[in-house]
Amino acid sequence: MRVKAKRDLLSLGACLLLYAIIQLLIEVDVIGQFWVLNIVLIGINIILGVSLNLINGFTGQFSIGHAGFMAVGAYVGAVMTVKLHLPFIVAILAGAAGAGILGFAIGLPTLRLSGDYLAIATLGLGEIIRITILNIPYVGGASGLMGIPRLTNFTWVFFATVFTVFFIKNFINSSHGRACISVRENEIAAEAMGVDTTKYKVMAFTIGAAFAGVAGALFAHYFYIVHPASFTFMKSFDLLTIVVLGGLGSITGSITAAILLTFVSAALAGYPEMRMVIYSLMLIGLMLFRPQGLFGNKEISLKFFNRLKGGSPRDAA
Amino acid sequence: MLLVENINVYYGAIHALKGVSVEVKEGEIVTLIGANGAGKSTTLRTISGMLKPKTGKILFEGQDIAGMAAQNIVKLGLSQVPEGRRIFANMSVLENLELGAYIRNDSKEIKEDLEKIFKRFPRLAERKTQMAGTLSGGEQQMLAMGRAMMSRPRILLLDEPSMGLAPLLVKEIFSIIQDINATGTTILLVEQNAHMALSIAHKAYVLETGRISLSGTAKELAASEEVRKAYLGA
Repeated sequence: MRVKAKRDLLSLGACLLLYAIIQLLIEVDVIGQFWVLNIVLIGINIILGVSLNLINGFTGQFSIGHAGFMAVGAYVGAVMTVKLHLPFIVAILAGAAGAGILGFAIGLPTLRLSGDYLAIATLGLGEIIRITILNIPYVGGASGLMGIPRLTNFTWVFFATVFTVFFIKNFINSSHGRACISVRENEIAAEAMGVDTTKYKVMAFTIGAAFAGVAGALFAHYFYIVHPASFTFMKSFDLLTIVVLGGLGSITGSITAAILLTFVSAALAGYPEMRMVIYSLMLIGLMLFRPQGLFGNKEISLKFFNRLKGGSPRDAA
Repeated sequence: MLLVENINVYYGAIHALKGVSVEVKEGEIVTLIGANGAGKSTTLRTISGMLKPKTGKILFEGQDIAGMAAQNIVKLGLSQVPEGRRIFANMSVLENLELGAYIRNDSKEIKEDLEKIFKRFPRLAERKTQMAGTLSGGEQQMLAMGRAMMSRPRILLLDEPSMGLAPLLVKEIFSIIQDINATGTTILLVEQNAHMALSIAHKAYVLETGRISLSGTAKELAASEEVRKAYLGA
């Protein structure tokens, strides 16, 4: 237990150090506006990727409507600041709550479906959310909700990301998380062990949706405007790419993939028509050579680096 | 201890169990034998709560559990080893066993029970940290049984434990079943291997296309002309 606490403190320290370095570089203008934008996007994508991984990778429920929950978080959050003039933190929490409640309400009936059926249902769900928003004049309809203050900065995104990763990591290592993984591994056996499979599927779905809501609220307050066209199926597909590329069931995998894909996107910003081609080629290559994703369901950790650096204990002997 | 009364179970329009009644008394090994598709597994799944009977009663120690959610039935002390073992392949042997104790939170006693399981299945102890999917069929069956025992069931439901195992291993598994029974766990066993099942059971039922066609002590059935012809190949 104490080893674990020590390791958590160490990781937290490393995070703070990373934050300090990047923040300093932003202050002295070594990292310019363009790269700050990309760093913010990386953070948002990590939140989205890790939260989707909880649903798809750890609990084994194939959801492809994550952009829908992000949209709910973005709009609920934006309404809080633009229309109700509430502080940013309230907007983030309201975005999380809105997406989480919707995730719960929708998860309850749809999570009885399995495999392909669930995928189709969540795909439809993402579109329903988008079309619904499109038809609400209060939030701007098709022209989007404008005049959102830019409250999101590197600090908010960084700490929201760290919180998300720690929360989901600890959830997975708890007995709840074990129960979720047992559902993925074998639903019938999990049920026979006394695991309430519906409860855990809905729990994972709700938590995943809530964090997508956080990401949505951060997203809305960085770009001054939210627009239904930002949350199409293509967005859900991008998020799915992060999860599959990193490895279903690997948090560090999702983080790495989010960083990698955001950079690829940024590098290809000049050739928008090539972006999806290269994306698709990457995915095809991955499926051919490494179908389990970059990290499979393993995590990279300090232990892993020790092995790289000093060889295995066997070599030392 | 367990009394199944006249249950009718449907898969959509298919009438799978037509008024099946089974009684299991405390401390017994009771077996359900029958051909493929007779309804043996359906009966077990209905008892363990994975299927709901349309009509009929399932009394576990006097409480009607028909239609109750599976996880609540496990908490009452009725645990099932599903057909085809269904271990958690990407988890270690130890994690599989720990999940077996999912409904309990007496961590000290869980540890003791783990030791007991490892004593009973020394091969699982050797493979504690190995991924369960890499075990042999026999070891997986032992793991599935050990996992079910971790919930401290008073009655254990076994669905075709001999499936796909070599004859020598089948013998081993059946002697373990007898062992588990001797330490006080009641057993309801579904088997296609009628010969082995009748050799260890106290009581037996023969299922035929959704109906109980014969019942009696295992000895009576093993001696009966009908069973010998249809299931024992003699």
